[in-house]
Amino acid sequence: MSALPETAAAGKSVEERTSVVIRFAGDSGDGMQVAGMQFTNESALAGNDLSTLPDFPAEIRAPAGTLAGVSGFQLNFSSREVFTPGDDLDVLVAMNPAALKVNLVDLRSNGILIVDTEAFSDTNLKKAEYTSNPLKDGSLDAFQVFPVDISKLTALTLKDMNLSARIVSRCKNFFALGLTSWMFHRSIEPTENWIRQRFRKTPELAEANSRVLRAGYNFGDTTEMFATSYEVKPARIQCGKYRNVTGNTAIALGLVTAARQAGIPLFLGSYPITPASDILHELAGLKNFGVYTFQAEDEIAGIGAALGAAFGGAAAVTTTSGPGMCLKAETINLAVSVELPIVICDIQRGGPSTGLPTKTEQGDLLMALFGRNSDSPVPVIAASTPVDCFYAAFESIRIAIKYMTPVILLSDGYLANGSEPWRIPRTAELPEVPVRFRTDPTGFFPYLRDETTLSRPWVIPGTPGLEHRIGGLEKEYLSGNVCYAPTNHEQMMRVRARKVAGIAAEIPPTEVRGAPAGDVLVVAWGSTFGAVAAAVDEVRARGKAVSHVHLRYLNPLPSDLGDVLKRFRKILVPELNLGQLVKILRAEYLVDAVGLNKVQGLPFKVSEIAQCILRALEA
Amino acid sequence: MLMSTMSSPKLTRKDFVSDQEVRWCPGCGDYAILAQVQKVMPELGVARENIVFISGIGCSSRFPYYMNTYGFHSIHGRAPAIASGLKAFRPDLSVWVATGDGDALSIGGNHFIHVLRRNLDINILLFNNRIYGLTKGQYSPTSEQGKITKSTPFGSVDHPFNPASVALGADGSFVARSIDVEAKHLQDLIRRAYEHRGTAFIEILQNCNIFNDGAFASLTDKDTKADHQLVLEHGKPLIFGKSRNKGLRMRGHSLDVVQLENGISESDLVVHDENDSALAFMLSLVGPPEFPVPIGVFRARQRPAYETALAAQMQSAIQRQGNGDLEELLSRGDTWTVK
Repeated sequence: MSALPETAAAGKSVEERTSVVIRFAGDSGDGMQVAGMQFTNESALAGNDLSTLPDFPAEIRAPAGTLAGVSGFQLNFSSREVFTPGDDLDVLVAMNPAALKVNLVDLRSNGILIVDTEAFSDTNLKKAEYTSNPLKDGSLDAFQVFPVDISKLTALTLKDMNLSARIVSRCKNFFALGLTSWMFHRSIEPTENWIRQRFRKTPELAEANSRVLRAGYNFGDTTEMFATSYEVKPARIQCGKYRNVTGNTAIALGLVTAARQAGIPLFLGSYPITPASDILHELAGLKNFGVYTFQAEDEIAGIGAALGAAFGGAAAVTTTSGPGMCLKAETINLAVSVELPIVICDIQRGGPSTGLPTKTEQGDLLMALFGRNSDSPVPVIAASTPVDCFYAAFESIRIAIKYMTPVILLSDGYLANGSEPWRIPRTAELPEVPVRFRTDPTGFFPYLRDETTLSRPWVIPGTPGLEHRIGGLEKEYLSGNVCYAPTNHEQMMRVRARKVAGIAAEIPPTEVRGAPAGDVLVVAWGSTFGAVAAAVDEVRARGKAVSHVHLRYLNPLPSDLGDVLKRFRKILVPELNLGQLVKILRAEYLVDAVGLNKVQGLPFKVSEIAQCILRALEA
Repeated sequence: MLMSTMSSPKLTRKDFVSDQEVRWCPGCGDYAILAQVQKVMPELGVARENIVFISGIGCSSRFPYYMNTYGFHSIHGRAPAIASGLKAFRPDLSVWVATGDGDALSIGGNHFIHVLRRNLDINILLFNNRIYGLTKGQYSPTSEQGKITKSTPFGSVDHPFNPASVALGADGSFVARSIDVEAKHLQDLIRRAYEHRGTAFIEILQNCNIFNDGAFASLTDKDTKADHQLVLEHGKPLIFGKSRNKGLRMRGHSLDVVQLENGISESDLVVHDENDSALAFMLSLVGPPEFPVPIGVFRARQRPAYETALAAQMQSAIQRQGNGDLEELLSRGDTWTVK
């Protein structure tokens, strides 16, 4: 199959587009995530820059056809640099009325709407709470509607294969994928390869899915329904070898890579929780990399086992989300007290309590900073993009080991499942992660601190002559023996705080995107990077004096941040919570920072932030 | 604590005594347990630096501070989880957990059953005094029903756990019981726990002379103990009593105490079998007033230890797939090159 269809021969026109935002939506059992991921893969291989946003219900199979069961996968692909999965949709593929109802609101006017007509039955319309059929009542007049009988065409494609109705129905996502692949000049070859691999044990299913994929592609090419196809040229991006990566995969790879650089095995203690489980899955398959994974009986045991392994000399990690963070708090504090290295990956989701397990939020910043008894200093690092998850995970391990401390790594559901192209680094490009287990008994004290980092020595059991005891009771400054002396406690409290605060010395100077001074500085952290960067660029392009600082280190904060803030008239802090970083900035720097807050389980739209910046400029 | 002695082949009890002052209440049963552990340790032939004691919270959990080995005094109930991570990662270490009835069976109940289920080669010493001592005298999950304590002025309405039964229920591969003052018996069990490959659990009945004094008096008083203890020995009939004239016999599906008289002889008694799970469970449950309290090994059965299976899996992955190549890993899936 060639990359370009013979559209010219068919008398069809080709339109060039800079970027396209497409969303596949259907029942949670309709395979929309697969269609979206394969379309992403095809687009990446076509050389586009891209960003994705999967959106699925917490229920694995909500009742078919209902609004609650709608699953979607959004992709923004472009010939330019892409920051976000896109605000408004250029294309919506809706496999049933419920998918249409939930997603139509995001389709821009005159956008392309592809629907599976057969799915618009009376029953399905009723389940989607439609009183009349939108395909017939004129309510879709503002859009370019392409009603395609996807179900029927899929069935016809497979009619000689003698497959069950259920299997046939499960192939129709590939019809939609084939059709959209044609529409945007994607080669379907990578998907055909994927199908062969995925269904290698069931050649019949491989054949069926491949056939339907090709049928969808050919349908676009031959039917007169589609007069135009669209071309999105490759983006100009840095030279190198690329792959597509989700935030969760990137974290797993970053952890493995850091452990390799450190020359010690990685140990993950974890309990399954959405949206963090994929990190456990990824790492569980890497046994030949010397990666230990321990699926514990609960969240507490997950971090407990990791801390035990850290005592034994592992690069120790636990992965979780908000509810699990609550349960791990006591053990994080034990790690603070015994000063052992461990990385806690918190893949944030909507809360409080069980909240919105599959939706994104930045609600755990204050918990990461303060959610433990007493003064409990813990470095906190936040990843800003799916690719950055790799580097943030790597940095978390490096800091944990260098400073003998727990480190909290914040990601979220949006980064975890979202993906973007990643220029694969060579290990030589990465920093070193030195590990020095102390073995020399001369002058040894368990809490004898390094003069620069204030970290205590890492002594692992099995080292002769250095037998010692650690624990959660307050320790004497040097010997680590239990000690209740009032001044000793204050000395220990202060040295633990100083140790973590001292990490600021190696945090690079704050990068200001835009001019170093101006009217508005947008200060953000974590997964809002894409939307904030795009919004700031957009407003700056209109000649406004607005800049952007994106914080990776939330504790300690960069030492020059106070000076940077002073150079702007206004500070705007967009967050997917009710105002957490903004509190920190106000408290730390006495600036009148103002929040922009959204808690809908969804990321910011670029327009939401841009409008807010404009309002701030006017005020 | 800075002992200059490196691991030498011949260690003594003293080598295992740390420089920390022992701070249990005078007369506490914990002293006796500490003494037996320190006595047995040098006999095991394990270098001191390869031994790790891990504990949770409670009186018993101060134990690691008094052992001159590696030690980790952790948080309430979590010692089995921390020990599991350490042992899974470092099978070369001899890992011991010191815990209590509240620590292991109340706040840490979940970790307790799961370490037994996984069968890591860890030795768990549970000091059961049937009371919360460190928090000054509330009832524990092993306190007898109706017990009057600070938190149960009208008597507790809770039904208690039987630690050995819980351990057997969790499929513990080595489940035993001893008593703080039975020095020889306890030493033997500590030795056997060490030798067992898998999680070895010993419930040690321990007197808290401040908050629950005499809880096990009938088992430890010179005059009464023979009639109240039943010492389990593999392959031997279940006989007890001052004049060894009483025993346990099967009646239907349960045990019965019989006098060895009127035609009932040793050959009518149940012969203890450490491989018999049903018998082990029955024996773990019996006790006063009708029955003696069995001490010894209820069950000892070999099954693969978790860390051994994990190591084998990792080894076989390396054999099958080769030593992981990082550059290959990072480049997995579809890649493309931008020039």
